[in-house]
Amino acid sequence: MSVAKLVGQIAGWLQKEGPLSDIVISSRVRLARNYDMIPFPHRANREQLKEVILKTEKAIDGSKYLKNVLIIDMSELTDMDIQFLVEKHLISREFGKSRAEQMLAVSDKEIISIMVNEEDHLRLQCIQSGLQLLDSWRLINQATLELESQVEFAFSKKLGYLTSCPTNVGTGMRASVLIHLPALVITKQIGKVLQAVAKLGIAIRGLYGEGTEAYGNFFQISNQVTLGYSEEDIINNIECVVKQVVGYEENARTLMIKEDKKAIEDKIWRAYGVLSNVRIIDFQETLNLLSLLRLGIGLKMIDKIDRILVNKMFIITQPAYLQKLEGKKLVPHERDIVRASLIRENLERKGTNKDV
Amino acid sequence: MICQICEERQATVHYTEIINNQTVELHLCEDCARKKEIIDQFGNFSMTDLVKGLAGFIGTESKEENLKCDNCGLLFSDFRKTGRFGCSECYKAFRAELEPLIKRIHGSTKHVGNFVPSKHSKEVQALSKIEKLKAEMEKAVQQEAFENAAKIRDQIKRLEKGIKK
Repeated sequence: MSVAKLVGQIAGWLQKEGPLSDIVISSRVRLARNYDMIPFPHRANREQLKEVILKTEKAIDGSKYLKNVLIIDMSELTDMDIQFLVEKHLISREFGKSRAEQMLAVSDKEIISIMVNEEDHLRLQCIQSGLQLLDSWRLINQATLELESQVEFAFSKKLGYLTSCPTNVGTGMRASVLIHLPALVITKQIGKVLQAVAKLGIAIRGLYGEGTEAYGNFFQISNQVTLGYSEEDIINNIECVVKQVVGYEENARTLMIKEDKKAIEDKIWRAYGVLSNVRIIDFQETLNLLSLLRLGIGLKMIDKIDRILVNKMFIITQPAYLQKLEGKKLVPHERDIVRASLIRENLERKGTNKDV
Repeated sequence: MICQICEERQATVHYTEIINNQTVELHLCEDCARKKEIIDQFGNFSMTDLVKGLAGFIGTESKEENLKCDNCGLLFSDFRKTGRFGCSECYKAFRAELEPLIKRIHGSTKHVGNFVPSKHSKEVQALSKIEKLKAEMEKAVQQEAFENAAKIRDQIKRLEKGIKK
């Protein structure tokens, strides 16, 4: 099965808004699981990797919860397909590097996906809109338990679930939140916040590079520790930190407006103006302008654009996504032109949130 | 800014990561960033390998280097190089050497999260037995066989105690 089915489809988490979605984009929980005795993917031979896939497929077949997942054989995909899946947040960047004997299972709304033979035999993830870590954990836990009733995962009473890398041992859980912090960046308070959060044993990093000057002002907050705390405790801890950071961002927004409302308004309307009229634009500039537009919606300065549409545009204007939508390979310059017209089309529809 | 590695080309990849309050800052050119696996073929960032660094700290004695996992053949020295285990059995083979590393990463060496709902684990067996006994007890109460019900109740209590341990 190729990725064709996923091209015209917008993921469930991008179609609606969850709690605190003014500032929190999405919540993701992933679990790492391995089969007993079979070498981990990086040490396994083809036969053993095949065995992992067969075992998993059988368990998925026998599960009520995962019955209708789309199964994708990674070896059939092109580089662009892989990049497209990364941009859709369905797979990690590491997955698909070797591609032989790797499999991906995706639920119909793209809420749950399972990577088979990534770093661990199974990487199961659930992604939802806004701050919904606990709910995401429940969903992925339920799906995982259902598989576990049919197969046995490597588990030690002392160390919990055993993983290829010791940084994941125990719960095997990584819970992460994607968060939009434009006001903290504009008011130059982001450095302080990043350092404060990092002190709490929680990792925070810019999503699109350049450290504190993260493009688009997106940051990812996730747990470092997977052992010694229960899943619920880890999630509660992150949710507390996220709520605090949301509070900082809200304060920064208030402060920003108090100090110079017109300057912010100008920035936001200029971004809107450029996006509505642009003819050639790269992804980095798109990120930065959409980020301002999103802020403008949050500050109620712009009300004719729907935030859900802006969220969607962050995803579909990425390089591989664009090319999949267009149905052909494009050189960067062509991409920049197609991107510009896609943005204009979407904004002209004034936020009506229909198909892409 | 000039690339910190080759010191020739312009640095275009700027990377900061804060982990447990330690900031790592890198300014590299694309070529060097790709070589260091900081960006992939698409120019995207990938996680730097934290564990490789940590694993280098521990177990400096040479006798540990020859420790081997019987199931997958991984040597402890291989683990030190890659930061990855070979299979679930490696955790047993390198148990002693592993403790300080796990402690360093997680600040703990004891799992307290979800327990495996394996059909074979004693806890799960006990739990399902308790469920059965509870049904039996209710039945006994309904039939007014109170003596029998009390016996079953004691049995349940004993099983529950066993799990809590």
